[in-house]
Amino acid sequence: MAVVSNGTTIADAGSFSVGLGDMVHIKTLTASSSANLSFVHGTSSVVLDSTYPVYLFSWINCHPATNNVTFKAGFRDGGTNYDATVTSNSFNATADEAGTDAGLNYQNGRDLAQGTGGQDLTAFNGNQNDSATSGQMYLFDPSSTTYVKHFIITSQQMNPEAPFTTNSYHSGYCNVTAAIDGVQFSMSSGNIDSGTIKLYGIKDS
Amino acid sequence: MGLISNGTTLLDAGSLSVSAGAMTLLSTVTASSGDSTITFASSINSTYKEYIFKFIDVHLSANARLLVNFRDGSTDYDATKTTTFFEAYHYESDSSLSVGYVTDYDLAQSTGAHTLAYIGNGNDEASSGTLHLYDPASTTFVKNFMSVASCYHGSDLALQAHSGGYCNVTAAIDGVQFSANTGTIDAGVFKMYGVS
Repeated sequence: MAVVSNGTTIADAGSFSVGLGDMVHIKTLTASSSANLSFVHGTSSVVLDSTYPVYLFSWINCHPATNNVTFKAGFRDGGTNYDATVTSNSFNATADEAGTDAGLNYQNGRDLAQGTGGQDLTAFNGNQNDSATSGQMYLFDPSSTTYVKHFIITSQQMNPEAPFTTNSYHSGYCNVTAAIDGVQFSMSSGNIDSGTIKLYGIKDS
Repeated sequence: MGLISNGTTLLDAGSLSVSAGAMTLLSTVTASSGDSTITFASSINSTYKEYIFKFIDVHLSANARLLVNFRDGSTDYDATKTTTFFEAYHYESDSSLSVGYVTDYDLAQSTGAHTLAYIGNGNDEASSGTLHLYDPASTTFVKNFMSVASCYHGSDLALQAHSGGYCNVTAAIDGVQFSANTGTIDAGVFKMYGVS
């Protein structure tokens, strides 16, 4: 590819590379009645290794097929299963639409103590037409074979039962020194009916 | 400007704008054993309205806290600050968990360093997180900052540290320095980005 200006060729030799900044889009997966959405290093153009020191997953309007389910993420640490051991913490801020109830609370049960079942991202997701969850997760240095692998999650959803808004915060670590080379998103029951999940790399240099 | 591929003109009408992205890496500092401080002393100015610092796998020589302080015109990192700090934690043993404010680690008009994270010094224990600094070149407003970090605490617990505050000065902030409250920074990567 080349560049010309007003008909004058400025460059026309081989490939042409344009830097798009230091937050690099790697992959977008779109749910369509999907049991899960998986980002696996080396598969379908996904990069999840030492190429970037920090990765950002961003999910946008993920809508479950089943009412009252939990949106989760599992981490793959060398095998084919998304079952890396995780210790994490969780708290959220909530407020109902009526303006009568609000609070900040630790979420016992949304955290993990050396658990392998995947990290909760948002709970009590409704399958009503206007209900969906959005949020983001930073995963730090997944290829490290020295340290545990830290993640920080912020998510937002409408809980349709009250209804109320829930702003959730989770962080923790995959308590393994094996590299993390895959992340899988799913609902605790039923499919992800719709929604988009994007993976970005934050450039190292 | 136009765009052609293998001699075939794809676009050649008027100007061609190429986005340079919204987040630009400005500097990377890698800690080596025994660093007492990690300092960003340049490139913090009016070029960007927001600066993001990422600290990755920071490992300290002692069970200690990672700190940050700010330079407000002189050579010292001692800008006056008022800050908040709260945390959530959960033990690997599932024996204890909580979310709450930590009065020991906030600051009230202090020139001392602000706590970002607690970190154990076991071989696999480290912390990673992000610090945002807003409009450091302003000479009108105080300079706000906020941080979140995931920490592997020395007591074998996952700790989520949230903090925020402001440098209560109208002088510009032109430097940021990380340190430990005791011991040294043995390892870790610190990156500074500008957000346009």
